[in-house]
Amino acid sequence: MQKTLKVAVLRFPGTNCEFDSQYAFEKLGHTTELVWHENETLPTDIDLVVVPGGFSYGDYLRSGSIARFSPVMKAVTTYANDGGKVLGICNGFQILTEAGLLPGALKRNNNLHFISKHQNLCVINNDNAFLNKCEKGEILNIPIAHADGNYYIDDEGFKKLEENEQILLRYSDENGERVVVNGSVTSIAGVCNEAKNVFGLMPHPERALEAILGSEDGIRMLKGFEA
Amino acid sequence: MTAVINVFLKEGVLDPQGKAAHHALDSLGFAGVDDVRIGKQIIIKLDTDDRVVAEAEATEMCETLLANTVIEDYTIEIN
Repeated sequence: MQKTLKVAVLRFPGTNCEFDSQYAFEKLGHTTELVWHENETLPTDIDLVVVPGGFSYGDYLRSGSIARFSPVMKAVTTYANDGGKVLGICNGFQILTEAGLLPGALKRNNNLHFISKHQNLCVINNDNAFLNKCEKGEILNIPIAHADGNYYIDDEGFKKLEENEQILLRYSDENGERVVVNGSVTSIAGVCNEAKNVFGLMPHPERALEAILGSEDGIRMLKGFEA
Repeated sequence: MTAVINVFLKEGVLDPQGKAAHHALDSLGFAGVDDVRIGKQIIIKLDTDDRVVAEAEATEMCETLLANTVIEDYTIEIN
């Protein structure tokens, strides 16, 4: 029988995807708990921390730059450094890069627009705790909704990402060819840390759970954490 | 003392807002614009009269919070 995961979903002032994230993991049969950003500890015996999307602190200064100093982030950093799994979606990805738990940074989209649409993604690496239920080269259709999703990393950092298979997803067309969506370095949509226990992506898998709403590809992604 | 901090994207990191403003200036007929970069200015009043202390404090603020040194550079002016 499938193990039931215990998922902690963080909530900052301005977070708005916490309930969708809870819904997603509960739909897959797992239990979730909301954790307010002022908490200095995480619930015990958790299997995953989700840093959901939204506009923490109104995106003031830089997206994620203030949330990353919330008390709960100290606990998340300790948890991650001890090997705990962390998934940052959209604003969560921005918070994790600002916190230094993921390499690189997210800049304003090249066309300066807030981009909100369904987008094809190509799975680049699946040998990790997140995308192991997906095939390399597989195309996933997942909604994106962001203004600051333009992933930047310097050449040296990029080389490391490639060598360590830390690039998770790229924006692509239906054939897997890279497309420029927001100006990201080599169209990167998601990365993980070197130890492969911290994951970040701009697209929203928790919004792709029902075929009737356009895609259920998010299920396969999130189920990866069950392995 | 007052610290006037300017934060800009690093040279070599594409500045999409600067590009858009550059394009608009070109369209408006302003000739001879080589480059436009847009940053932000942060003005902080500090309760010290010691210039060295003020500069050290402002630097720490930049490194910790005000700039993301992965993509941004900053300058500090103490008045």
